[in-house]
Amino acid sequence: MSKPQNVPGDVRSKSLVDYLNDENVRAVLYQIIAIGLVILAGWYLVSNTLYNLEKQNISTGYGFLDLEASFEISETMIDYSAQSDYATALLVGLLNTVKVAVLGIILCTIIGTIFGVARLSSNWLVRKLATVYVETFRNIPVLLQLFFWYALIPAAFPHPRNAFEPLPGVLLTSRGTYLPVPVADNAYTLMGIAAIIALVAIYFIKKWATKRQDATGQPFPILITSIGIFVGLVLLAYLIGGAPTEMSIPALKGFNIQGGYNISPEFMAVLIGLTVYTSTYVAEVVRSGIQAVSSGQWEAADSLGIKRSVALRKVILPQSMRVAIPPLTNQYLNLTKNSSLAVAVGYPDLVSVSNTTMNQTGQAIEAISIFMSVYLGLSLLTSLFMNWFNKKMALVER
Amino acid sequence: MKIQTILAAGAMTVAAVAAQNAHAGAVLDGIKAKGFVQCGVNTGLPGFSAANAEGKWEGIDVDVCRAIAAAVLGDANSVQYTPLTAAQRFTALQSGEIDILSRNTTATTTRDAKLGLTFAGINYYDGQGFLVPKKLGVSSATELDGATVCVEPGTTTELNLADYFRAKGMSFEPVVIENINEATAAFFSGRCDVYTTDASGLASIRTTMAENPDDYAILPEIISKEPLGPVVAQGDEQWSDVARWSFLAMVEAEEFGVTSENVDKMKAESKNPGIQRLLGTSPGMGEALGLDEAWAYNIIKQVGNYGESYEKNVTAKLGLERGLNALWTDGGLQYAWPIR
Repeated sequence: MSKPQNVPGDVRSKSLVDYLNDENVRAVLYQIIAIGLVILAGWYLVSNTLYNLEKQNISTGYGFLDLEASFEISETMIDYSAQSDYATALLVGLLNTVKVAVLGIILCTIIGTIFGVARLSSNWLVRKLATVYVETFRNIPVLLQLFFWYALIPAAFPHPRNAFEPLPGVLLTSRGTYLPVPVADNAYTLMGIAAIIALVAIYFIKKWATKRQDATGQPFPILITSIGIFVGLVLLAYLIGGAPTEMSIPALKGFNIQGGYNISPEFMAVLIGLTVYTSTYVAEVVRSGIQAVSSGQWEAADSLGIKRSVALRKVILPQSMRVAIPPLTNQYLNLTKNSSLAVAVGYPDLVSVSNTTMNQTGQAIEAISIFMSVYLGLSLLTSLFMNWFNKKMALVER
Repeated sequence: MKIQTILAAGAMTVAAVAAQNAHAGAVLDGIKAKGFVQCGVNTGLPGFSAANAEGKWEGIDVDVCRAIAAAVLGDANSVQYTPLTAAQRFTALQSGEIDILSRNTTATTTRDAKLGLTFAGINYYDGQGFLVPKKLGVSSATELDGATVCVEPGTTTELNLADYFRAKGMSFEPVVIENINEATAAFFSGRCDVYTTDASGLASIRTTMAENPDDYAILPEIISKEPLGPVVAQGDEQWSDVARWSFLAMVEAEEFGVTSENVDKMKAESKNPGIQRLLGTSPGMGEALGLDEAWAYNIIKQVGNYGESYEKNVTAKLGLERGLNALWTDGGLQYAWPIR
């Protein structure tokens, strides 16, 4: 953009009208106005809300987070009691949401992939069964599925007093599945550290092996080596830690089964419901991904003499991944967001705890703002990770 | 020029909308304009508020809504009901979605002072108890250490429960389910050892939802005070006055022995100045509240007095005696402020 107004000898200084008729000035001006209107609208909404709350004598602010929560939560992954503050209660809810979402994503991917491949099977029965599974569970609203699983579990299993024991120490009851777990010991912390070290070592060995194969064409038995390193290191840590053997075995005591680890019916209902529902979509994504790779790729691999299993792993799947990852990301996001339906069956997820908090403190707007930002954050994280993964998998164009 | 015009218009819009304050009497004017009272009730608690076989809402809490509609609009049936869960109720009131909340709600300091609510009276004095299956073999709440307890979230019940077990040094596992029907279903399926809510609610659940009510017992301990009553949003004093006095008129009528049966006769013949003031024979009370002089007459004629409402809903359906809810003259706590 030139600056004619600074040119000496310009006979006429520019008037305001000239400026407003300048295309560039106008473009900038319109943008400023647009942003201004958005800010004005936002300011109006916020100030009006505050004004109305003030007028109704409803207190505002996040100060309530430090107050004692005074209610109990059935499932917690961290230390929590009724004496803890609301912030801790919300954190408990968040962790429960993350727990069910992460497990759900892993399980629905596995189950979805199996059914997706099964839908393309050459076996008529397998193909049809997979189709029935997908079409049934995809077309029933997920909330109804949650109700169904939650009604089924207490009805299907016996009262804790007559618990069903399929394996020694494993109890199936209407109040959940109880598993024996090792009593906490320093050895387990040590084993965790060993596992992390092993994973890091495996990562570098794999890098080295790929490099060597690229350079010399010599394949390296990476799978066996990895398993060896992992099991060896963890076992070593266990022995160094003193090889503790004490277990917490669940047993009936008083009203309930005490000890062990309890997988509650609420958690089971939510996990099964979300996994089954989302896995049908994942199955379709996987199927479309595989079908998107042209059959010429199989033939090309065949003509190079590559084994069929290796061709699937090295030729077909990497290409179908490219097609599958973006819609898969959507499904993962859906699962995470659908986990908020857990409140309907009493699983203490973030929404459930926020609802209670909102009700006990009356801070509806604050509580909603917290859980909305948390869901947004979780979804953005998932999407960031999947975008990174997608980029890694994308075709490298030369 | 153009830009200035747009900006000015924007600023004016903002100013205009911000100026739409609720003034005193706004709720009452709104009700008169739309022709009905929007009332928040329980999703289903027989005796208090529940839809009957014909889909008509009935219960002692529903009668408070009907009384207010009778006082304001002269027709007890001009009520629209919004069934609410415990967790939804205050938001519905604060947002103005409902005019009044009559849903077995306990009056507490936090709710009164921090949530922007005003309690318009206490129509049921209650306390929290425990419901257990008889086969559990428990006869006292002090034996409940380690029990699994079903409870509705966002209630004073949930807090009292934690307080009680903490005070007794006992532990429990809560199962919180928002919808009362889902929560009771979980209890009856054996998911929980104990169901806890207000004693009246337990009676309601036991008699109306259990397959065989005799298999269940309510433990003797009452662990809290639960004064339940209608609630309105703070900031419109005229409306909270109307709500309060509509309920008190029902109690006052019972004290005077005025019933839906004899109200016409009383209005024509009674020489008692108190009754004359109540029924509008000697005017002034209606005007003071911004209502028709026949406000209390309409309530009593169409809804009945407090005793009639209690008898019809609570005693007949749940088999609960008056207890704390008897008139003060009979040793109870129901005591109408004088209407004069």
